Amino acid sequence: MSLLEIENLSLAIGATPILKGVELTITPGEVVGLVGESGSGKSMTALTIMRLLPHLARAEGRVTFDGIDILAATEDQMCALRGDDIGMVFQEPMTALNPVKTIGEQVAEGIRWHTKAGRAEAEDRARKILDRVGLPEAKFPLSRYPHELSGGQRQRVVIAIACALKPKLLIADEPTTALDVVLQAQILDLLRDLVRENRMGLLLISHDLAVVTEMADRLTILRHGEVTEAGDTARTLSQQQHPYTRELALASMHVPARPKPHLAGSAKPLLEVEGVGRDYPGRRKSLFRPAQPIRAVDDVSLTIGPAQSVALVGRSGCGKSTLARMILALDKPTAGTIRFRGEAITGKPEQALKPARRDMQVVFQDPYGSFDPRQKVEKLVAEPLHLLEKQPAAAERREMVAHALHEVGLGPRDMEKYPHEFSGGQRQRLSIARAIITRPKLVVADEPVSALDVSIRAQILDLFAELNQKLGIAYLFITHDLTVARAMADEVLVMHEGKIVERGRAADVLDHPRSEAAQALVAAAPDLHRAIARKMQEQG
Amino acid sequence: MTMRIDLPEETVAGMLAKAFGNRSFLIGLAITLLVVTVALVSFVWTPYDVTKLVIADKTQAPSWTHWFGTDHFGRDILSMIMVGARNSIAVALVAVGIGMGIGVPLGAFAAARGGMADEALMRINDLVFAFPALLSAIMITAIFGPGAVNAIIAIGIFNIPVFARVARAGALAIWPREFILAARAAGKGMTRITVEHILPNIATLLLVQGTIQFALGILAEAGLSYVGLGAQPPMPSWGRMLFDAQTRMVTAPWMAIFPGMAIVVTVLGLNLLGDGIADILDPKSRRRR
Repeated sequence: MSLLEIENLSLAIGATPILKGVELTITPGEVVGLVGESGSGKSMTALTIMRLLPHLARAEGRVTFDGIDILAATEDQMCALRGDDIGMVFQEPMTALNPVKTIGEQVAEGIRWHTKAGRAEAEDRARKILDRVGLPEAKFPLSRYPHELSGGQRQRVVIAIACALKPKLLIADEPTTALDVVLQAQILDLLRDLVRENRMGLLLISHDLAVVTEMADRLTILRHGEVTEAGDTARTLSQQQHPYTRELALASMHVPARPKPHLAGSAKPLLEVEGVGRDYPGRRKSLFRPAQPIRAVDDVSLTIGPAQSVALVGRSGCGKSTLARMILALDKPTAGTIRFRGEAITGKPEQALKPARRDMQVVFQDPYGSFDPRQKVEKLVAEPLHLLEKQPAAAERREMVAHALHEVGLGPRDMEKYPHEFSGGQRQRLSIARAIITRPKLVVADEPVSALDVSIRAQILDLFAELNQKLGIAYLFITHDLTVARAMADEVLVMHEGKIVERGRAADVLDHPRSEAAQALVAAAPDLHRAIARKMQEQG
Repeated sequence: MTMRIDLPEETVAGMLAKAFGNRSFLIGLAITLLVVTVALVSFVWTPYDVTKLVIADKTQAPSWTHWFGTDHFGRDILSMIMVGARNSIAVALVAVGIGMGIGVPLGAFAAARGGMADEALMRINDLVFAFPALLSAIMITAIFGPGAVNAIIAIGIFNIPVFARVARAGALAIWPREFILAARAAGKGMTRITVEHILPNIATLLLVQGTIQFALGILAEAGLSYVGLGAQPPMPSWGRMLFDAQTRMVTAPWMAIFPGMAIVVTVLGLNLLGDGIADILDPKSRRRR
């Protein structure tokens, strides 16, 4: 008998239809993947099961969980179900935990609420489940606060909260999207083990086809609120009967065409980083001894030639972003020098940095956070123009913005809009438009596509490649996603704990990693081909 | 998941359309305009002269000749409320102006600089905060003499740390955002980023705080007048009127009810107005109230 049964579920918020006739079943101990791009209704399906829908949402159809008609259940019944029989893991471990409560309290809270257990007993159970998810008390006492944990550890706490009462169904909404590949592999392993141990049903929601393929027994593909294809994972993906399934599979393996790779040649290097280090003040252990500094970046050297595309890969917290900030002169190195076009940029006053800044721009990861929500696109994209020697007149400025927008595939009409009126992919285009408006020689891109859907991601990668060919812009891609490195980079640098541990041509490093850090990254990276092959093998 | 909602373009016309669709803004605006109009009208005309005492008409209940009744000196309450509005509005407005004008730059500076400058400024702030505001205002007026101007300064000084704190807290939440990093990568300095990105993003916060402080300013002025340190007789003020009414609450309740209502309605109107403006200024607002 199935644990969860969704029959002909339709959902509308106001007059906007969100879901149309969704069907889905999960049996105990089964992992079902729900795949789709943003806006396809994945999260809304999950929220319907939890009955945590926004106001004005109307659901029709049948949702039966363990014999209970969810859509007709009273709020009290739902409160009893949530967190007890149905657990949920959210995407963002940074915001899913209450920052002012210790992890012990947060795990014990649900236990006390649902089982009416005493404080001591609840804490005891919290200790056990935290130990189970890989946070043993010896190293992670219950009195830790969320900010004292890393992203992966926080996600383990979220999983501990969701699984503390051994729910029958666990809903994981993009549980690993915010984590690096190595952590992702660990968290997925943990989820897989928990499913096996407790015979939970797991609804795994993700936009990443490779992740779902590795995990799920069956999968359901959603598009615009409708199920386009559903069935056995291996069979669905190897046969790819529905064109959309094929489209998704192709997009997630997309490699943009780059006719001529640029290798570090005899040309004068554009960027030279020499022995750069960055220390952060550590926490004081004693009032009288100076604190031991934390070394975020340790003796890093690298060069980037004109129009060359270099990927800096590494796990989160390895110092990639700190290095990028120092290259962009947003942070000062504590050791070493950085030269841009032969001129040192370290230690120069802001005014003297203007010419360098003009030729060096940045694209950030988060297409939502990197724009001032109160300004219009025209002003936002024109921001770097302030670096020009001669300030352009208003008309000229508009012209330049329109041109930059055109280059990234947006229209001049978009100038009058606010950032929230654009989708994630469009915003990333805006971000690129802002970066190229001064015609820079180098663009530093910090995880530029990791927040995007696969099809959008393919388009943005194509755009990067095109601008590289057309404008001769050199790139420094900072990423933990090896497929991006493989698709875009001429050269790959692998960073681990502040040091560069391996460097070489992209194909060499990614196919034959020598260092341990690189091997771990390559092994953990989800790969659709590999995952399908493994699934096929398992089933014989 | 993201949802796209098409908004009218943010032109002046669009903004106006949004303003007229916002109920709390409209009601707030109507009340505020009414109060301001009443204050302005009182310069040229009041039903009765508020400086003239007519003992024969003392403590009369509301009637067709005296709509809001008369006080213990026979003065017309309606006329006094009209004249008192001037006083209350002027005090609150200038006090908020002083608080915002000094507090916001201080707070924004503290957030932008961080480190020692931030520490030092905020500790001074705490010091001012730690004094009971009304008590200190009484002290100031006691030293420099009672009167409307000193009351304004005293209330204004205590608005500074409030705005400094709100501005700093708001700015601190904006500084680590990526768009600030993007602005820094575009070579913009601390001041320019503060003016272009920080202030517009905390404007809503400041505006709402502004209306709250305005309302509190009116109340503070009433409080000061109540203890006799605000506007001096014969200049009527709402607080003073309440003070005079307190011993006659049972015999002449209208003496307390109408000035009290004037304060409540004004404060309510300002709060609604502040809410409404905050909604309108937010490019993302799509709430219709």
